[in-house]
Amino acid sequence: MRIPVSALIGMILTAGFVLAAIFADIIAPYPLDAILGGVWEAPSAKHWFGTDSIGRDILSRLIYGGQITIFVALAASLLAFSIGSFFGFLAAVQGGWTDQILSRVCDLMMAIPSLIVALVMLSVLPLNLTVLILVMGVLDSTRVFRLARAVAMDIAVMEYVEAAKLRGERQGWVIFREILPNALSPLVAEFGLRFIFAVLFISTLSFLGLGVQPPLADWGGMVKENKDGLTYGKAAAMVPAFAIALLAISVNLVADWVLSRTSSLKGGRGG
Amino acid sequence: MADNLLLDIRGLVIEATSYPPGEPPKDVTLVHGVDVQLEKGKVLGLIGESGAGKSTIGLSAMSYGRGGVRLTGGEILLNGRDIRPAAAWQLRRLRGREVTYVSQSAAASFNPSKRLMEQVIETCLSHGVMTRPEAESRAVGLFRKLGLPNPETFGNRYPHQVSGGQLQRAMTAMALCPKPDLVIFDEPTTALDVTTQIDVLAAIKEAIRDTGVAALYITHDLAVVAQVADEIMVLRHGRKVEHGTTDQIINHPREDYTKALVSVRSLEHAEKPEAAPILRIENVTARYRGTTFDVLKNISLGLPPGQTLAVVGESGSGKSTLARAITGLLPPTKGRISFDGRPLSAAFRGRTRQDLREIQMIYQMADTAMNPRQTVRTMIGRPLEFYFGMKGRERDLRVQELLDQIEMGKGFADRYPAELSGGQKQRVCIARALAAQPKLIICDEVTSALDPLVADGILKLLLNLQAETQMAYLFITHDLATVRAIADKIAVMYKGEVVRYGQKSDVLAPPFDDYTDLLLSSVPEMQLGWLENVLEHRRMASAGN
Repeated sequence: MRIPVSALIGMILTAGFVLAAIFADIIAPYPLDAILGGVWEAPSAKHWFGTDSIGRDILSRLIYGGQITIFVALAASLLAFSIGSFFGFLAAVQGGWTDQILSRVCDLMMAIPSLIVALVMLSVLPLNLTVLILVMGVLDSTRVFRLARAVAMDIAVMEYVEAAKLRGERQGWVIFREILPNALSPLVAEFGLRFIFAVLFISTLSFLGLGVQPPLADWGGMVKENKDGLTYGKAAAMVPAFAIALLAISVNLVADWVLSRTSSLKGGRGG
Repeated sequence: MADNLLLDIRGLVIEATSYPPGEPPKDVTLVHGVDVQLEKGKVLGLIGESGAGKSTIGLSAMSYGRGGVRLTGGEILLNGRDIRPAAAWQLRRLRGREVTYVSQSAAASFNPSKRLMEQVIETCLSHGVMTRPEAESRAVGLFRKLGLPNPETFGNRYPHQVSGGQLQRAMTAMALCPKPDLVIFDEPTTALDVTTQIDVLAAIKEAIRDTGVAALYITHDLAVVAQVADEIMVLRHGRKVEHGTTDQIINHPREDYTKALVSVRSLEHAEKPEAAPILRIENVTARYRGTTFDVLKNISLGLPPGQTLAVVGESGSGKSTLARAITGLLPPTKGRISFDGRPLSAAFRGRTRQDLREIQMIYQMADTAMNPRQTVRTMIGRPLEFYFGMKGRERDLRVQELLDQIEMGKGFADRYPAELSGGQKQRVCIARALAAQPKLIICDEVTSALDPLVADGILKLLLNLQAETQMAYLFITHDLATVRAIADKIAVMYKGEVVRYGQKSDVLAPPFDDYTDLLLSSVPEMQLGWLENVLEHRRMASAGN
């Protein structure tokens, strides 16, 4: 098995982001919310990316912000996959009314742009990380539902699933032991893509002021705090924006490679 | 002799690269220095099991390697020129002009959105062999010769408007149209029902004789190739086993492997006497949801314990649907099914665990019947755990016992299906069914996807298991040789109805009804001139009417 160069670059960068997020306390040169200098100072040996709108170190905030951004996106994607694939498999295995009801509810949720639903829900509910993750996870689960249902439909008609049903197995065994292991590769590839969307989504929400709340930092929020600087030719807002783009691209490179390896849903065992 | 030689393959070596999971790629040799000689106007049969290299060698006659296969050594002399090192543009001139090809599944090979005539004459026009009117009139002539209905207008139809057997004949017309020197027939009748196969076979044979074309006829069925070939070459693992005239191969085989192939269908089974049935099917009628057409019509059958009921018929006769009705996957709309004295609930969801355990099923395609991500241990162990609550060491011991029972021995329990051969997969499926200690096993075409020798082994295993455990088999098949080998009772199905039913000796003895007669007489027999005899017999019978 050879790993293409693009995927390798993607893996190294993704690993870099994740490690920086995990060890933020050790790596970050300054505390999250210490005011250390003037407003929008240019990059220097002391502050590598300069300072922000109230004089905090941008590099430190970028590292801590990455922690929050990646954690929220990861948690939301995991939640989306748990909900989406469970109901997707259930719809495929049960068929009939179960499938109809689940699929139509899903259609209903997808009919309204998810950003609007998220804004409405977040303006009503108390703003904290748990609520944020729940809202994002539930909204994203509709996309996962569709994929999981389509993949499981193909698997549910295989004779080994029929054999399990005729043995008298319960639905849980059919879903988790017969279907899930065979549906895993396309779902894992999709997970990479959904994670990127979650990063973009949380950044969008924070930019609009309904995401992560101060004093916590996240990349979308950092763009918002520093966007006025663009008018004065200060590049502070560009740094977190660039981080978002870089993370999205690097995860995408890995996801693309996984997807190309698993494009055949019925492919062999593949380790 | 030398002037007459059309194709002369010498020391052909064919290689491919395999990519085993988790290991570096390596080159494997598929064909190890095979020689093939074919004179003008002669037919050579290439025969062997899957993986013997017969298709690969056949395609090399047009210097083509399918799916990344490379022709790496030897000479392929066609009309005296070596075409192995020929450039792409030279091969383009040759293929479809001097050498043409008839593939196994005509249905997958025709373009569904173009009329047949367009496709049949395409190569003639693109090679500039003849003008369009010439090509069309030649095609009509070929349609007539191949016995297609309304040859004048047949070409105006689309592929979906004709039957599978007709499509296979249309493809033969396509191959013969540009007046090639050599036609490669790659399993042209394997996908057809026996009753259709005989017509296609006769049409191909007549067309070969009348056009004087030479042919390579590739098949795994010795009885079929014996009807059309002048000479037969037996291949195994990419090597030549034996080569001789058809008469010599069929009647005086020299090599052990050839002898095994010739005698493979001679398995016999003594019929058991009538007894009270364990499975009783009464007036069952069934249809698929959303249709208005009964797939099963008023079926009544019985199967005594420890015996085998063979259900025979061509594709579409409803025999697999009958299995679905018995297992409860397709609840019948009318009629009753009872098992061991208890009435069975129509749908499998309503059945008790004991009902489910005592009726097990084995499928045609072991590939799709096994979860590719479960090991053999999980697959065989699950019914033990599920029905009998066995766990841990007790379960593992029983799994090994079952593996011994299906003659596989040690070292298989932790393998995945991808690491098993076709025959081994089917054996594991049998073990999975056995694990439930059933009283009835439904075998749905379990040997159809296997090579003859492997299939023979599976049938012997099933018979031995029946003798040991007194299980009943409901054996669904389209192959009458298999039926002779294992059945005690036979039901012949046609268009959803049972047309003939009884003890084996009664069903297979005259007087026959029309359909059973057609079915029985269509099964190729391993003797020279069988095809002619059957056709002559039918001609006389229809003249007599």
